[in-house]
Amino acid sequence: MQNKSLTLEWVSRHYDKIDPLSIDEYINAGGYESLKKALGMSGDAIISEVKASGLRGRGGAAFPTGLKLAGVKKSAGDIKYLICNADEGEPGNFKDRYQMEKDPHSMIEGMIIAAFAVGAAKGYIFIRGEYDRSIDTVKKALQQAREKGLLGENILGSGFSYDMEVLTGGGSYVCGEEFSLIECLEGKAGHSNYKPPFPTEQGLFGKPTLLSNVETFVNILLIMDKGAEEFSKTGTEGSKGTKMISLCGNVNRPGLYEVPYGVTIRDIIFELGGGVPEGRAIKMVQLGGESGPCIPESELDMPLDYKAMNEKGLSFGSGAVIVMDERIDILDILKKIAKFFLHESCGKCTPCRDGNPHVLILLKRFESGSATERDLAALTSLSDTMCLASTCGLGQAATTAIRSVMKYFPETFATVSDQ
Amino acid sequence: MQIDELIQKHGKAPEKLLSILLEFQKSNGDNSLSDDNIRAVAGAMELPVSRVCSVVEFYSLLSRKKRGKHIIQMCGDVPCYINGSVNLKEALEKELGIAFGETTDDGLFTLEYTSCLGYCEQSPAMRIDEDMYGRVTPDALPAILEKYRSL
Repeated sequence: MQNKSLTLEWVSRHYDKIDPLSIDEYINAGGYESLKKALGMSGDAIISEVKASGLRGRGGAAFPTGLKLAGVKKSAGDIKYLICNADEGEPGNFKDRYQMEKDPHSMIEGMIIAAFAVGAAKGYIFIRGEYDRSIDTVKKALQQAREKGLLGENILGSGFSYDMEVLTGGGSYVCGEEFSLIECLEGKAGHSNYKPPFPTEQGLFGKPTLLSNVETFVNILLIMDKGAEEFSKTGTEGSKGTKMISLCGNVNRPGLYEVPYGVTIRDIIFELGGGVPEGRAIKMVQLGGESGPCIPESELDMPLDYKAMNEKGLSFGSGAVIVMDERIDILDILKKIAKFFLHESCGKCTPCRDGNPHVLILLKRFESGSATERDLAALTSLSDTMCLASTCGLGQAATTAIRSVMKYFPETFATVSDQ
Repeated sequence: MQIDELIQKHGKAPEKLLSILLEFQKSNGDNSLSDDNIRAVAGAMELPVSRVCSVVEFYSLLSRKKRGKHIIQMCGDVPCYINGSVNLKEALEKELGIAFGETTDDGLFTLEYTSCLGYCEQSPAMRIDEDMYGRVTPDALPAILEKYRSL
């Protein structure tokens, strides 16, 4: 990390400092102390603390975590489940892989605390099938935790019993979406579903389920460790704590950076990432991954802040920043993105299944210079329809990049006369 | 590995289906699941054949088509694309003498595109079986492939 003032080590505090495969090193560094503290509190007190911290989910949707925990806690069910979403498939993101490979126990400790708070009896860590090393590391860490009495019956003599296991994906982007993930965990093809009911009410096997991202669980642990008041001192008014940023693309120092909310995209790219190789100009930056918006150089002073971005109709998803320099062709990139969504669509709902191939056809017309005003109207209408009418986040976000390019780079969609 | 051993290891709860299929496929020399395999899994897990089939067809890591001993997956997404995956694509095709989606005549390698592998900070990236390779240059390719040829 090049510039200390721009970065913090909260979520990443153990990375490369302790042996990820040694629970003893984790415990010697203060690990599992927060769990002991939490087990002495009531579930409601833990949830109040998470609510007070202002934590929002780190997987992309940024839902207030405290509300989600409270939702699961108050849902009626003879059994409740907890799922950690480690199906990191959004292109440009690699933060969850770092967490699992470098510090699996912080994620596990955060999950046990969350399970205790909502009263979950069983947990699953759903890791994408391509992450072989993460799968191996987390499985070993779970076994170590079990041997220390941190998982299983009557954890640390508290009377609370909870265990969890790793299940792996089969190579499907849509399974990072919550209902598809649940279908996949149940041993089915990963087709999404309409909401409500939300997983907090009817999730895995129809039971109340707390489903959150890897980084969110680590943050729950940090809130237990620091206290909500201290936690919420970092960040901005509505965006608390830190965010793991996966920086990649045409940048000198690609990598994972932990920053407090409020830093600008420009600082992330230039101060942390060292700018663009050979001093080339930036054409556009895609935020969040291929499901995210593309912004021009002129918008880079925007801070990493939910409210500031929301006012511009933007979001940063799970924190990828993909830098593209002046050599790229925007239509070429949009085509690449369209092919990705075409391949990954689960095929269940019409807007997404039929919309994605149509988007690709229209983009090819623009590329060949034969697109008419009617094609532009069709692409605009189709993009909006997919965004509004698709069942799940995949179809809803498949045209985010196109919509943002229409706004910021309208010259991309040059048309020829209809006649 | 036989289906009985897999059931013994994982149990037959439906949520184990994907894990069982992935492991079953891995134990087959041709990295695929035959119709007989699918029927065997369905029978052992007491699930309809159609259900097992739908799962095999849905997930990219599972294949009904026979594949090579080693699967080479190259990332086809934007972060790798803008960092030269096109050059890697050409080098892979040239080195192996096959196009994407094909298997070498000796049955050693199958070449596939994959969606993002989560190695974007080391793009362009590829995965061979369970090994990840980042910042792969065309020059580095022959030595990497040689390792698998001699396995």
